[in-house]
Amino acid sequence: MTETFASGDRVACTIGDTELSGTYITDRDGMRVVKLDSGYNIGVDPSRVAFLERTSGGDQPAVEVDQDPALPELAIISTGGTIASRIDYRTGAVTSQFTAADILRAIPGLAEIARFRTQILATILSENMTPALWQQLARAVHDAIADGAAGVIVTHGTDTMSYSAAALAFMLQSPVPVIFVGSQRSADRPSSDNVMNGICAAATAVSELGEVAVVMHESPSDDRCAIHRATRVRKLHTSRRDAFRSVESAPIGYVEYPARTVTLEPDAVQRGTRPLILDDRLEPRCGLVQFYPGMDPVLFDAFSGYSGLVVAGTGLGHVSSACIERLGALVDAGTVVVMTSQCLYGRVCDRVYDTGRDLLTAGVIEGATMLPEVALVKLMCVLGRTRDRDEVQRLMQTDLAGEVLGRSPHGL
Amino acid sequence: MDSEQVGLVAGLEIHQQLDTACKLFCGCPTRIRPVEEHNGEFYRYLRATVSELGTIDRAAEEEMKHIRRFRYLAYDSTCLVENDDEPPSPLNEEALEITLEIAKTFEMTPIEQVHVMRKLVIDGSNTSGFQRTGLVAVGGTLPNGGRVESICLEEEAAQRVEDACFSLDRLGIPLVEITTSPCLHTPEEVQETAAFIGMVLRSTGRVKRGIGTIRQDLNVSIRGGARVEIKGVQELDLIAEVVRREVRRQQELLAIREELLARGAAVDEQPVEVTRLFEKTGSSILKRAKVILGIRLRGFAGLVGREIQPGRRLGSEISDYAKRCGVGGIFHTDELPAYGVTADEVAALRAMLDAEEQDAVVLVAADRKKALCAVQQIVRRASLALEGVPEETRRMLEGGSSAYMRPLPGAARMYPETDILPVSISPERWGSISAPELLVDRARRYVAEYSLSAATADQLVHSSSLSLFDRAVAAGVQPGLAARTVLATLKELSRDGVALDGIGDDRIIAVLGAVQEGRAAKEAVPDLLRAVAGGAPVDDAVASFAPAVDADELEVLVDQIVQERIAFVEERRMGALGPLMGVVMAEVRGSVDGKRISELLRKAITKALG
Ligand SMILES: [Zn+2]
Repeated sequence: MTETFASGDRVACTIGDTELSGTYITDRDGMRVVKLDSGYNIGVDPSRVAFLERTSGGDQPAVEVDQDPALPELAIISTGGTIASRIDYRTGAVTSQFTAADILRAIPGLAEIARFRTQILATILSENMTPALWQQLARAVHDAIADGAAGVIVTHGTDTMSYSAAALAFMLQSPVPVIFVGSQRSADRPSSDNVMNGICAAATAVSELGEVAVVMHESPSDDRCAIHRATRVRKLHTSRRDAFRSVESAPIGYVEYPARTVTLEPDAVQRGTRPLILDDRLEPRCGLVQFYPGMDPVLFDAFSGYSGLVVAGTGLGHVSSACIERLGALVDAGTVVVMTSQCLYGRVCDRVYDTGRDLLTAGVIEGATMLPEVALVKLMCVLGRTRDRDEVQRLMQTDLAGEVLGRSPHGL
Repeated sequence: MDSEQVGLVAGLEIHQQLDTACKLFCGCPTRIRPVEEHNGEFYRYLRATVSELGTIDRAAEEEMKHIRRFRYLAYDSTCLVENDDEPPSPLNEEALEITLEIAKTFEMTPIEQVHVMRKLVIDGSNTSGFQRTGLVAVGGTLPNGGRVESICLEEEAAQRVEDACFSLDRLGIPLVEITTSPCLHTPEEVQETAAFIGMVLRSTGRVKRGIGTIRQDLNVSIRGGARVEIKGVQELDLIAEVVRREVRRQQELLAIREELLARGAAVDEQPVEVTRLFEKTGSSILKRAKVILGIRLRGFAGLVGREIQPGRRLGSEISDYAKRCGVGGIFHTDELPAYGVTADEVAALRAMLDAEEQDAVVLVAADRKKALCAVQQIVRRASLALEGVPEETRRMLEGGSSAYMRPLPGAARMYPETDILPVSISPERWGSISAPELLVDRARRYVAEYSLSAATADQLVHSSSLSLFDRAVAAGVQPGLAARTVLATLKELSRDGVALDGIGDDRIIAVLGAVQEGRAAKEAVPDLLRAVAGGAPVDDAVASFAPAVDADELEVLVDQIVQERIAFVEERRMGALGPLMGVVMAEVRGSVDGKRISELLRKAITKALG
């Protein structure tokens, strides 16, 4: 006979000749998971767990957060991610279910930097982000700035943070900082990077910056955050705190921790130098595909009917001769094809080798110095604005938000 | 001290590092490195997080009074898991197997599904801010009738290099934690039980040895006292003394409590700023201080300075609490005037705080924030003196006394490690585990099977080269020779500075095998090992130390030596045998068995003397 327990029930487990009392948590893999009074969780066969009593689950008291009226006001827009996650007691998994106000409590120092108003746009893991959500996010950020926010902080899962940041950089011109921030190590651990990243993001959001940026750890140490331009940043490590790096350009600034001193590079866009403009048009039927040796050209056919396709080619921006013909067919059928490089660093140049020249002849557009995923997001925005092929090509090769570098800096 | 009369109740928590190839949650080796070999460093802060039940553990809360920047040293033998920059790998199966072997020895019952937990530790010793641990088995027995409550498999913490600097080589080494029930009632019993558990652990042959690889925590209380956990007792022989001193400390604290109650003692809530009193003081600490706060403890005079343990006073306890706020320490009137503070200054201080003769005043000097934090702690600890013995985690000091570390942690500090899947221990797996032969049983077997003396057998089973002995005997080496090599020869050579580390058991066994086969004399073993340690292949060494002296040649040689010294032989008769042994041995460079030379010499001398 197996009884039905509720989470929080007091139970007794019999392990050999030892009887241990604890709290029932959940069932897992056919076992009852019990938190013993010592604090240890164990899995026990249901036949060895006996019900003792039902306890009323005490609700956690809501904690009020004091806000200093003398400080500038920032908007925090929460989309989910580990900066705002906690353990689900029942499943034992990390979930993103915090309200934005919870973030203030989780990061105590924030209240010294600014006043905050908070908005939950989504509570998703960032791999579930969509272009439609980018649009909603752009509108929400726009509205917050129009409403007088001195800066906006977007909390975001790190996996696709650079996509969303780039999308906002293309859809929104902002006179104030729009700062994306997240954490690589979950907020439920004492060592989480959420506190320092959150503080540095807030310091940047009240700084003299005037563009969309990502603020994350600069090194494995809790000493400094780097401020990355939204269109040049990439997550380059699966788990390290300093996974985010500016690719082929230096960060546009730094924030010292715990001093919170912000220094901006000369090329950072200054606060107040641009008007607030939202253009949230987007063509979501765009794809991104990485070429590899031996790739079956037929695979490109999957994108027929798409408005745009970004290819991450090899080296200077190449695909096999066999693939060029298919790309040409896509172009002929009306799909805009943009070539980028899986090298990530350096400029695409299809005028050096034969395959490159053949690609240009086939109508493929060189993606200049754009990162493949940035080119994808940009292509969606550009195609949302115009379908004129020449205009699309012009816009794709023109710098809109720092994605196309006029000159290539040296080195990696 | 009469243990029964004071109502002594004690339990043990023994932490033993396991000798596995890899760490508990990553592929790094379990090797301790010299600090100067670190090849990287980074800095972190740690913050207490709320448990899944919404509360903050009290020990962690106290740690948060003084947020520190921790420095970590990384090595080419550590990885991103130690850096807390990568999720942990699955639980090390080798470590789990050793843990199960130990559990079997204590006749425990395994947990069917082991869940790895995070135990909040934010003193810097874990980069993550928690120590991963899992309960593996419960309900074991001890020979004295006591109980082993539980065995947990944990990750070792990082080694503190100094203050806020930690070395990552040790972090993540598998560790078993064996907890007895509070079933021990005399200091000696605690020590004997610790020795027994240590013996069981070493019986597996798969635990680390040497300083710091085993640590005992003691839980001690007396009637009317409180449960106190003393951490990090590394020397087994000190355990009984640590228990005795803790009993005394608790007795003294209870006596102080009685005296305080009789005096109607009370602790002020508010400090008084006395910075200006010490503007011209001879105490450099007070003179330098930004802020000096005084707090009056009414009725405490003479008791703050009362000794409660060798080298420890109630004042030391109060000081330990204050230090949690980052202050260097405290001054109190029971020890003043001293340290450059004059009698006049003390009088002025007493006057300023309205302190009467029976009152004590405690001073703390620091910046304002730290000083205020410290005063709170002083008030807290002084108030606890009115209640008796506080429940605490303490650390052992040299000699066996102890200092306050933090409050006893509660269950609020444990939450699930979501990055690691639970591990099932099936009945089949449990059935396949066999308990190791205990070292005491093994010693008895050596006496019976190998005719070794009880003393030699005992030395052998406690030797770090026990496995070498077993392997040598299994390879056909005569047990006496193997024992002598392990217990004497190797030690002597290493004392002489011969680098034996690089030789490896295989080559030692090959040398002993050569003796066994008659290719070398047992007297040549030290020289052979010396040569092998110097890089010579075993066969070359044997050849060079065994110039071909066959039986006939040896007889001729012995005769010749006797003839050359015939006058000496005639004078000393059989007494010449000893000195001539040395001459022959030198000639054959130890390649021939001494017993055989002795026989031949005896024959030759007898013949020469007609
Ligand atoms: Zn590692």
